Amino acid sequence: MAFNYDNYLRVEKMPTLWCWGCGDGIILKSFIRAVEKIGWEKDDVCIVSGIGCSGRFSSYVDFNTVHTTHGRTIAFATGIKLANPDKHVVCVAGDGDGLAIGGNHTIHGCRRNIDMTMILINNFIYGLTNSQTSPTTPQGMWTVSQKAGNIDPTFDACELAIAAGASFVGRETVNSPKKMEKIMLQAMEHKGFSFLDIQSNCHINLGRKNKMQSAMQNLDWIDSITVSKKKYDAMSPEEQLNLFPTGILKQDTEVREYCDMYEDIKKVQQGERKPITQDEFAKKI
Amino acid sequence: MSATREIISSGNELAAIASVDAGCMFFGGYPLTPSSEVMHVISDLLPKIGGAAIQMEDEIAGVAAAIGAGMSGVRTLTATSGPGISLKAENLGLAQMCEVPLVVINVMRGGPSTGLPTRVSQGDVAQAKNPSHGDYKSITVCAGNLAECYTETVRAFNLADRFMQPVFVLLDETIGHMHAKAEIPTVEAVKAGIVPRKTFDGAPEDYLPYGVEQDQPAVLNPMFTGYRYHYTGLHHDGSGFPTEEIETCRKLIDRLFQKVEKYQDEIELNEEYMVDDADILIIGYGSASLAIKEAINMLRKDGIKVGMFRPITLWPSPEARMHELGQKFDKVLSVELNQGQYLEEVQRSMGRLDIAKLTKTNGRPFSPKDIIEKVKEL
Repeated sequence: MAFNYDNYLRVEKMPTLWCWGCGDGIILKSFIRAVEKIGWEKDDVCIVSGIGCSGRFSSYVDFNTVHTTHGRTIAFATGIKLANPDKHVVCVAGDGDGLAIGGNHTIHGCRRNIDMTMILINNFIYGLTNSQTSPTTPQGMWTVSQKAGNIDPTFDACELAIAAGASFVGRETVNSPKKMEKIMLQAMEHKGFSFLDIQSNCHINLGRKNKMQSAMQNLDWIDSITVSKKKYDAMSPEEQLNLFPTGILKQDTEVREYCDMYEDIKKVQQGERKPITQDEFAKKI
Repeated sequence: MSATREIISSGNELAAIASVDAGCMFFGGYPLTPSSEVMHVISDLLPKIGGAAIQMEDEIAGVAAAIGAGMSGVRTLTATSGPGISLKAENLGLAQMCEVPLVVINVMRGGPSTGLPTRVSQGDVAQAKNPSHGDYKSITVCAGNLAECYTETVRAFNLADRFMQPVFVLLDETIGHMHAKAEIPTVEAVKAGIVPRKTFDGAPEDYLPYGVEQDQPAVLNPMFTGYRYHYTGLHHDGSGFPTEEIETCRKLIDRLFQKVEKYQDEIELNEEYMVDDADILIIGYGSASLAIKEAINMLRKDGIKVGMFRPITLWPSPEARMHELGQKFDKVLSVELNQGQYLEEVQRSMGRLDIAKLTKTNGRPFSPKDIIEKVKEL
């Protein structure tokens, strides 16, 4: 039987404002299938989004939803989660949203390891506002703000998340909806901060001026820059250059989750236990 | 008169204690002199009662976390000083647009920019009226003594839930760091006065969080209770979803004003000190009012009859009462620790420009002597 997406969609808000052939719809569908698998009650879930095409994600799904300011997704989500630690919080942000204006919150969300999933929809461009350079725009590509070619070095979002301390980091692309669904499920099941770099196409505002006029051409390009982690690990550093590994790149179930630790703070303050010592946090290196 | 208790404390500490007594369960913030003691105290108090306080990575995240908690339904606080408000401004606009109740304590210091971090000013009065871009009607209260750091913070929480929007509590460095005995209401009296925000208890399919009368605030149920709705900073319709429909957009912003303007009597609070028989009227607020009172007492010993009008609610301003007083007094003196930010409001309300002013922006509080000298010049 065909999967019924309507149960999780605000059907009356369809069609979405995303362009024909946009990968965001594929991400939406994979996300819904992952939520169905994990079995969360819709009332217990909050989806927080920022500004950009990805920002509209929250308005289409039938959960408690918050469309915040540009880049601040994780900061709002942190307040929602810490005030309601038994509920589920998922952030959806774009590459400009989560890595440029909101980069600081991404770093500290990862560092804090607060239990939420951040889905970074990475289409390598500011799509909604017509093709300005984003932190993930490849060097040399045309953007409306760098018409002679982007000279800004390209960010690897997962490297950032790993370095900042996220306990689950993974990457998939809209070329592999089933793999994307699986990694979303794994990320949401993971207790702690899970970060997903989901690479998507924007053939309208990235592709058209960069010899990828159709969605298919844009998707082929994404295919050409991604490789499974297994293959990637077997490559020489020269071969790895400008490629992005996909799959789970980091999973650490040892590191303690923030809300859990805050429960200890409550117990200390309520006199139920002794103050937390450095030794308790000392982790094997 | 409700039951009171005596406490020896500082203004910042009293504001934190008041928040907890008023039912605040969440604090999100970032250290900023001279407000940091609010965070120090509340981060100790909140976990004791099952709440949570978090020091975020920056001012923007501090207010965002606080608003997030507020969206989920709990009473929530952030505290900072002027530079922090500048950074928080955009998200304060989101809270105005989404109608999220939140209390924002601003312990004012010298500005602009880094200014005088450890010294007093009242330079953020104009900022409190419109910290964010766009049109909305701010509510701002201002403590004029130690006890009011407590009582005005409590009042701010109740106003925030009543009008469903951020409410500013302005302290200044002098009041925030003042340490003395204060007489404040008992916890029981405060708890008895708490009016929680309105909620909708009908069927979820009938729920329109923003579908209210033109003079009413949004009715926002706590999250995770079966009413799944949408918050957005975009113009939105009664259901909370984005729209650009002309009439709906007009009505939304109109309503943000009307919900406050129509019920100003619930918000406005003033003190009039020896006004009735006075020949000269001084208008001042916050810590300046302490020096003004002292000066009035001394001037009256010399036979100079001076009174003080002190707005405790700065925004919306007590324009009707100031207008009346403007008719009654020939000589009016505005005293504030800035270059005349509230003076403009006094002039507008009184409908006249001949208001004398005494201002100070060197980071030092007023001395009664400053005021006495100025009054004698009038």
